[in-house]
Amino acid sequence: MAISSEFAAKRPATSSVRNAQLEEATGRGSMIPELQKKDHPLLFENGAPGLCATSLPTLDVPTTDIKAALPIETIRSTPTALPEVGELDVVRHYKRLSHRCFSVDENFYPLGSCTMKYNPRINERVAAMPGFAHIHPYQFESDVQGILELLYRLRCDLAEIAGLTEVTLQPAAGAHGEMTGLMIIEAYHVSRGENRTNVLAPDSAHGTNPASCACCGKSTVSIASMPDGRVDLSDLRSKVDENTAAMMITNPNTVGVFDDQIAEIAEIVHAKGALLYLDGANMNAILGITKPGDFGVDVMHYNTHKTFSTPHGGGGPGAGPVAVAEHLVKFLPKPQVVKHEDGTFGWDYHRHDSIGLVRSFYGQIGVLVRAYTYIRSLGRDGLRDVAEKAVLNANYLAARLKHRYKIPFPPPFAHEFIMVPEFESAGVTQHDIAKRLIDYGIHPPTMSWPIHHCLMVEPTETESLATLDHFVEAMLDIADEIENDPSIVKTAPHSMPVKRLDEVAANRNLNVRWQAES
Amino acid sequence: MSIPTDRKYCETHEWFAGEDNTITMGISQFAADELTDITYVELPEIGKVVSVGDVVGEVESVKATSEIFSAVDGEIIEVNEALADHPELINDDAFDKGWIAKIKVSSTASLESLMDAEQYKTFMAGTH
Repeated sequence: MAISSEFAAKRPATSSVRNAQLEEATGRGSMIPELQKKDHPLLFENGAPGLCATSLPTLDVPTTDIKAALPIETIRSTPTALPEVGELDVVRHYKRLSHRCFSVDENFYPLGSCTMKYNPRINERVAAMPGFAHIHPYQFESDVQGILELLYRLRCDLAEIAGLTEVTLQPAAGAHGEMTGLMIIEAYHVSRGENRTNVLAPDSAHGTNPASCACCGKSTVSIASMPDGRVDLSDLRSKVDENTAAMMITNPNTVGVFDDQIAEIAEIVHAKGALLYLDGANMNAILGITKPGDFGVDVMHYNTHKTFSTPHGGGGPGAGPVAVAEHLVKFLPKPQVVKHEDGTFGWDYHRHDSIGLVRSFYGQIGVLVRAYTYIRSLGRDGLRDVAEKAVLNANYLAARLKHRYKIPFPPPFAHEFIMVPEFESAGVTQHDIAKRLIDYGIHPPTMSWPIHHCLMVEPTETESLATLDHFVEAMLDIADEIENDPSIVKTAPHSMPVKRLDEVAANRNLNVRWQAES
Repeated sequence: MSIPTDRKYCETHEWFAGEDNTITMGISQFAADELTDITYVELPEIGKVVSVGDVVGEVESVKATSEIFSAVDGEIIEVNEALADHPELINDDAFDKGWIAKIKVSSTASLESLMDAEQYKTFMAGTH
């Protein structure tokens, strides 16, 4: 079972309601047969020769000799080793694996910086509509007016939310948006006959910021932060110069603090002819409350999976729309979706200063449909409500946990906050606490980033007070456990099919290829 | 944590030891502990000429990848080959068996501005 009886017995008594919640949240393990907890065989290791999950129809076209149709070196001499399993075996295999998933549909998922918000089901319904799902990018514009109108409206909505002039929907991820934004910034400086080689970024920046700079041939100059998490303006003033192409900033920043000096930062950067880039990772905290364009941002990207409830998963597909101010519109990627004077919609390729195409066709359309659905389902007031609840939830958790966990930055927080567990004397680290939370049915928060030894918690707006309280009580319970018997925490999780993985061995002897035993 | 007093330290947590023409360098035990289990060390090529601030190599752990910087001008004359198979030597003994490279230098002047053991201790306390 989830928290094994041995360890459950050592857990301090809690309210019966909480116990029921805990059992419900963590008790799923008891329903999983012992067999499944063991190493689950791969499809390749299942089945028997001759088993098949499909039955092919009788051939109704003439047969062709493959040797006549294809070059000899492209033809296998022996059949490839495909698994031989029945359909039911396949279904059970994947169903069992799916039971091992830890997802926001099943569990609280306070992974800081990632905004693991619930993805409303209506997004999926709309994206599956045949008019959106079964179209092809080579169709005539006149045949796909519906999707073109949706994309046009989405780009206008995103521009309004950003407080900027125009948006490209092409980039396929947030980091791709960063690269697109930097290319636009480069095109802007080049058009003015300038060669600017540096990009400034606070030392709390997401790792993608310097990586995107490197991709675009720029050097990153790190700007110090003050103890309260905000940018050190004197350090900024000493480093910004005529070589500065832009400053990339995340606001609210990665430590969960809204930098209220942002207008002054914009002034300092603009005074040297540089541009201000906003990493929109934390837009969830300011939706409908303030607009980046209003606080001096020239370019920004969105992460639709963070802010607009499109799926996180498997590294994609994603979307990272980029919004720009008036003076940068002509550099946006092409083609751009436009509304013609006659009210129809189409693609505009006649943009001579454009940086060109950054993604095949028009971007991740299926993801963009979901983002549009989310924006329209909530409307203006709903989006503002998202930000307010996300911020309220984070501040509630911080206020309830601050007596047991050190919170290094001063409140108020935006939509997430950082805490630093201080249990060195018990030999317990943030890593152990993260593992123990799994036993309470809670996904570990982000660990060890953006500062050492921290846990970074982002509850998002969609969690109920009961769920937030469950998290608080779990964290307080764990603090008690550490004081009374830290071994429970140091050996967690106790409820998972696998416990502590040997990350060192996995790193030193990486092996991700299955091979048949000979 | 005991910090050897026979060497100098950088803010990026490298140590440099030696008084004559041959300087031995590595990363501090504090850095090794912060990185946690080290899984791979990219060593410089022997004969490579490095300047102050140049990247000498890279240390990879289960948690992070970190570049190693030189604080001297000189030529790499020896590397710790044992790290190829046993990167954990840095975790076990960062100040001795986990050394990374030896650099032949014409002057040790650039080391004078680095921190001594006491200063490095204070610096570490401030990074927490």
